[in-house]
Amino acid sequence: MTDTTRKAARPVPPAAPAGPTPPSAARRPRRWRGVTPWLFLIAPLVLLIAFTYAPIVNMVAYSFTDWDGVSPQLHWTGAGNYAELFTRPELFEVFFVSGYYLAASVVQIAAALYFATVLSFNVRFRSFFKGVLFFPYLINGVAIGFVFLYFFQDGGTLDAILSLIGYDGDRAWLGTPTSANVSLAGVSVWRYLGLNFVLFLGAIQSIPGELYEAAELDGANRWQQFRHIIAPGIRPVLSLSVILSVSGSLSVFEIPYIMTGGATGTETFVIQTVKLAFQFNKTGLASAAAVVLLLIILAVTWVQRRLVPDDKVDLV
Amino acid sequence: MTRRAVARALVYLSLVLATLVVLLPLTVVFLTSLKTSGEMADDSGALTLPDDPLNFDNYVTAFQDGRMLSAFGNTAVILIVAIGGTVLIGSMTAYAIDRFRFRFRKPVLALFLVAALVPGVTTQVATFQIVNSLGMFDSLWAPIALYMGTDIVSIYIFLQFVRSIPVSLDESARIDGANAFTIYRKVIFPLLKPAIATVVIVKGINVYNDFYIPFLYMPSEDLGVISTSLFRFKGPFGAHWETISAGAILVIVPTLIVFLFLQRFIYNGFTRGATK
Repeated sequence: MTDTTRKAARPVPPAAPAGPTPPSAARRPRRWRGVTPWLFLIAPLVLLIAFTYAPIVNMVAYSFTDWDGVSPQLHWTGAGNYAELFTRPELFEVFFVSGYYLAASVVQIAAALYFATVLSFNVRFRSFFKGVLFFPYLINGVAIGFVFLYFFQDGGTLDAILSLIGYDGDRAWLGTPTSANVSLAGVSVWRYLGLNFVLFLGAIQSIPGELYEAAELDGANRWQQFRHIIAPGIRPVLSLSVILSVSGSLSVFEIPYIMTGGATGTETFVIQTVKLAFQFNKTGLASAAAVVLLLIILAVTWVQRRLVPDDKVDLV
Repeated sequence: MTRRAVARALVYLSLVLATLVVLLPLTVVFLTSLKTSGEMADDSGALTLPDDPLNFDNYVTAFQDGRMLSAFGNTAVILIVAIGGTVLIGSMTAYAIDRFRFRFRKPVLALFLVAALVPGVTTQVATFQIVNSLGMFDSLWAPIALYMGTDIVSIYIFLQFVRSIPVSLDESARIDGANAFTIYRKVIFPLLKPAIATVVIVKGINVYNDFYIPFLYMPSEDLGVISTSLFRFKGPFGAHWETISAGAILVIVPTLIVFLFLQRFIYNGFTRGATK
């Protein structure tokens, strides 16, 4: 709707009330209209600028200083923080931990796709299975952390199950960096599978049912239906899930922080940043780290948008 | 025909397996929450049943010593104020952007769009300084302001709905002498009910479960919300898994109840919230 259509619409019903009012009264509300949208936008814009844009600007500024976050004085250090970040291997190593979560999200998306496809056809107890798969996504992260801390404990749930099937458990699952990271990444699959699953399910269900019927008449089997109807139909959601999992894998915080506190090689980029900023008072260095993370995430999103343009897929 | 039957059996097998993977860790924690510390010390294994299935002592301990009452209270205050604010702010923003043509409309829209790309965790180091300089650090206002201020998803959901409300409704209200605020209050807002339900659910679950923001901004013990209060169990209850388990179950049960009652709305809410 543009202004011209509004103007065109207005003269139609002026018959009864507008009769005696002089034209100046009609002009006044129009001048007001220039201000009115801003009255609605003041609060949201103030909040948006205060808590999103001002922090970004400040963060970039801090990243070139040696500020400790408390003292009134800070020194300009140029690109020193960035140099430190890229030359001290232990600061950069945390990025490799993201690799575990990235690998896990491949498993997660594949499994979610499988379950969404299976449950979009007629299956007994469908809503029960749907609920079970989705529910973990709604659970509090700290509660999940504790549930799985107990699960992986020496003599905990996992060991008990393993000994039940005749495999001698009793190992410290969170004891070595590799097994700890694999375990934690597994928890993240457990937690987030439901979200991908529900997104895929919604997308699959928005595909018109006649398409399957037509395919069935043409003799297509389930795999062919998946390959030629479902996969192209959910492409936008699929690509959204890919960006969400890449940026999610880079910014993992809750589960490892709650479960291991970042010990035994499970420290992630965000845990490190939080520690640098709030425990070691290295606000400058932490800001530089955060800027690097932000740039990587923006770059990933940009590349993804380039590769998979967000166009509507036409099926019919 | 037999191949189909085998395929069907495999599908059910995979579903049952997934159900076990999801439910087993939760069930074991629930069983543990009913055990006494004596039973835990017996080392009888995680899968054994509790001797007395009606032993709720651990829940009492967790609730009282874990200060869960004040945690639920704080969470409730934050939930109500932050969600109320999000609904008002989101619907007003959507109304202003969709119904008015003003200078800088495109840049304003772009500001909201770009903000959606910036993950909150990355900017917390600097956000912290701003919250601190506004004097909101270590008060309930810090999470409330942050939850209200960064919610792009709800603005999108509202925008989607405002767009579907015919402009002719506004026009006829205007002819009856209503100004922009009256139109927003009397025409737009009541018609947004389905969008409001979606935002309340999606936002409510996020706020209830959030750990990062209350953990960073409200370190005092009196200001614990359910996540941070539960996290503090790690210290005093250390190896008392029966108490920790009871605390975890206490936090999960409200979510489970809400989920069972509002299932369909929750699915729709998340599909809408994430894709739009």
